Amino acid sequence: MSAEPEVIAPPRRVDYLNVRYGVKSWLLTTDHKRIAILYLISVTFFFAIGGLMAALIRLELLTPEGDIFQSEFYNRIFTTHGVMMVFFFMIPAIPSVLGNFLIPLMIGAKDLAFPRINLLSWYLYIVGALLAFYATVHGGLDTGWTFYTPYSTVYANGWVVLTGVGVFIAGFSSILTGLNFIVTIHTMRAPGMTWGRLPLFCWSMYATGIIQILGTPVIAITLLLVVAERVFHLGIFNPAQGGDPVLYQHLFWFYSHPAVYIMILPAMAVISELITAFSRKPIFGYKFIAASSMAIAGLSFLVWGHHMFVSGQSIYAGLVFSILSFLVAVPSAIKVFNWTATMYRGSVSYQTPMLYAIGFIGLFTFGGLTGLFLASMGLDIHVHDTYFIVAHFHYIMVGGTIMAYLGGLHFWWPKISGKLYPELWSRVSAWIIFIGFNLTFFPQFILGYLGMPRRYHAYPEEFQVLNVLSTAGASILGIGYVIPLVYFFWSMRYGKDASANPWGVTGLEWQTPSPPPTENFPETPIVTNEPYDYLTAAREAAVRG
Amino acid sequence: MAEAVPTAHAEPPQFQHHFVDMAAQREASSLGMWVFLVTEVLFFGGMFTAYVVYRASFRHDFEGASNLLDIRLGAFNTAVLIMSSLTMALAVWASAAGRRKLIIPFLLATILLGSVFLGVKFLEYKQKFEHHEVPGAHFVVPEGLAKPSELFFSLYFCMTGLHALHMIIGIGLLSWLILKARRGEFTPQYNTPVDLVGLYWHFVDIVWIFLFPLLYLLGRHTL
Repeated sequence: MSAEPEVIAPPRRVDYLNVRYGVKSWLLTTDHKRIAILYLISVTFFFAIGGLMAALIRLELLTPEGDIFQSEFYNRIFTTHGVMMVFFFMIPAIPSVLGNFLIPLMIGAKDLAFPRINLLSWYLYIVGALLAFYATVHGGLDTGWTFYTPYSTVYANGWVVLTGVGVFIAGFSSILTGLNFIVTIHTMRAPGMTWGRLPLFCWSMYATGIIQILGTPVIAITLLLVVAERVFHLGIFNPAQGGDPVLYQHLFWFYSHPAVYIMILPAMAVISELITAFSRKPIFGYKFIAASSMAIAGLSFLVWGHHMFVSGQSIYAGLVFSILSFLVAVPSAIKVFNWTATMYRGSVSYQTPMLYAIGFIGLFTFGGLTGLFLASMGLDIHVHDTYFIVAHFHYIMVGGTIMAYLGGLHFWWPKISGKLYPELWSRVSAWIIFIGFNLTFFPQFILGYLGMPRRYHAYPEEFQVLNVLSTAGASILGIGYVIPLVYFFWSMRYGKDASANPWGVTGLEWQTPSPPPTENFPETPIVTNEPYDYLTAAREAAVRG
Repeated sequence: MAEAVPTAHAEPPQFQHHFVDMAAQREASSLGMWVFLVTEVLFFGGMFTAYVVYRASFRHDFEGASNLLDIRLGAFNTAVLIMSSLTMALAVWASAAGRRKLIIPFLLATILLGSVFLGVKFLEYKQKFEHHEVPGAHFVVPEGLAKPSELFFSLYFCMTGLHALHMIIGIGLLSWLILKARRGEFTPQYNTPVDLVGLYWHFVDIVWIFLFPLLYLLGRHTL
């Protein structure tokens, strides 16, 4: 039995990371896990650019006078912040990194349905992002990330066309990712992986995919018209030529409101997994959470008009959009209640991903409730275009999406890298991020309510205290983001090796080694358990002793 | 283990092994194409929305400008495209039925008809240039109409231009199919590319079926 154990070195396990080396093996890969890594690196880069712009904004707002930048340059800074964060970080972040990595693993497939289209999607993203980046480096643009006409098409002095084309191209990346996810979830599920057993992560990604394929083409054509209008002076959105700027806003928000759900649904996808994993309990209300993802996707297309309460839209349209916007609170609340009910009487452990998940629930609830303020027309007219709305959407986008993204990255990092990150540092940074975030954005609610408008580089002196608090919070938040970057790199070299299932949780992705082999599973898994079946899992563990 | 046993019938060489079998691969490809076409509907949908909004606002100018389009050329092109849909459908049939000698002639006929359409479209565009009916610096407001007639032509060029771009891409795809067909790649077991390009081609035709009445026919009062 034990003949010469010391002579034969254990053969090095081949996984997706060490199967091939070299730049070419990465740039031409069709492995969904490697493409996820490509996305991870690139979205982090553009997050850093967007973050740098945020730092400049907060620096300027430290004092009431516009003393660092001229207003013209300040406009370019917040535009770049918005464009980079929305189109090149927030929209691709969770779907393209975690979704790409996890969906095939979670459903027991070898890859996404279209591996080459997946790679194409990354290249489209890179081309689009680099065009926008080139525009930024050469002076940027000052239209705001919304490209409102006729300013963007006639008067703006900046790289509207190049940035528009960049966003257009990146849009196709988003469409192809969504298409790939939808087809994969439909056709590649392992035997026994019925729709009712599909992890909630996949349900939410499926809902995201639907928004991506239905919404994104509309912004694509709209930006194409903006570019055509700017180049050929067509006048489709220019009132001087009979065009209608409000039509532009309708078309823009027809995508860009659902786009908010492209950013938050994947975050909810992550949170559903984290809450149940660290409560060691089957998720409460599986069907309701799955259905609420689909409901959010559906409703997302019916609420765009709440961005236009003061744009000269008819008051009756405003009323309908207001009521429909309130309805979005229903599926969102269903999720929050089910997550809390899952934690109730669970064996909750407060490891780093769970800290992020609990932080998410609090901040998302806060952001969501302030969203109801904005959905009611009377109040919205008061706080429209103030810091109240800036605070509201940052609670959803930063407090929601980025918290979930980081939580998910920590949770699946052992699977992605095969290494464990340092637990103490990660808990410290989770707390720093939570504190820094609230200090940055809570004062902005008050500022907005008091009437400080967004997008100005100077403000009356009585707003200074709150602005200083916000800037102080932003510096803390910045430190909180740098720490994980450092220890993730550190862990790749010095971290302990992760076992296949370091958290001891259910889910197919934890039944294959960490990091997984190129084709994910040694043999196609057969699913016999319900999702998040911690009772059976505990019983089996007890039987094994 | 049942999975480890190789399947009894050999899969065609185009089989990608991350799928369970060829049927699953075909289903995925086909679903992928349909989903893509859904995005295309929304892509054109933005411009159709703009058209509907402005036609409602500037009915007189839109109808007047519409009368300046050459309905004969438009009708001829409609017939040409419907013919091309027929030849495309026949190419799909030929590849599925294993009539390999017929695939290339039908594909060529589709390319030819598509090119005729584009040629006629070019003639129409040329006329518009000569009559100063192209929006922009050289646009001259047609007699009896007001400024919003320029909007009609803006939308006309954007919509038909984007449609023509889809035709050009379609002709590229058809040429690629011909190269593959020459190598004898299409068999009754594997003809997915022909099938999918066929779907795409029919979709582009259907877009025109909507464009033609909207741009040429609505409110027409002269030939």
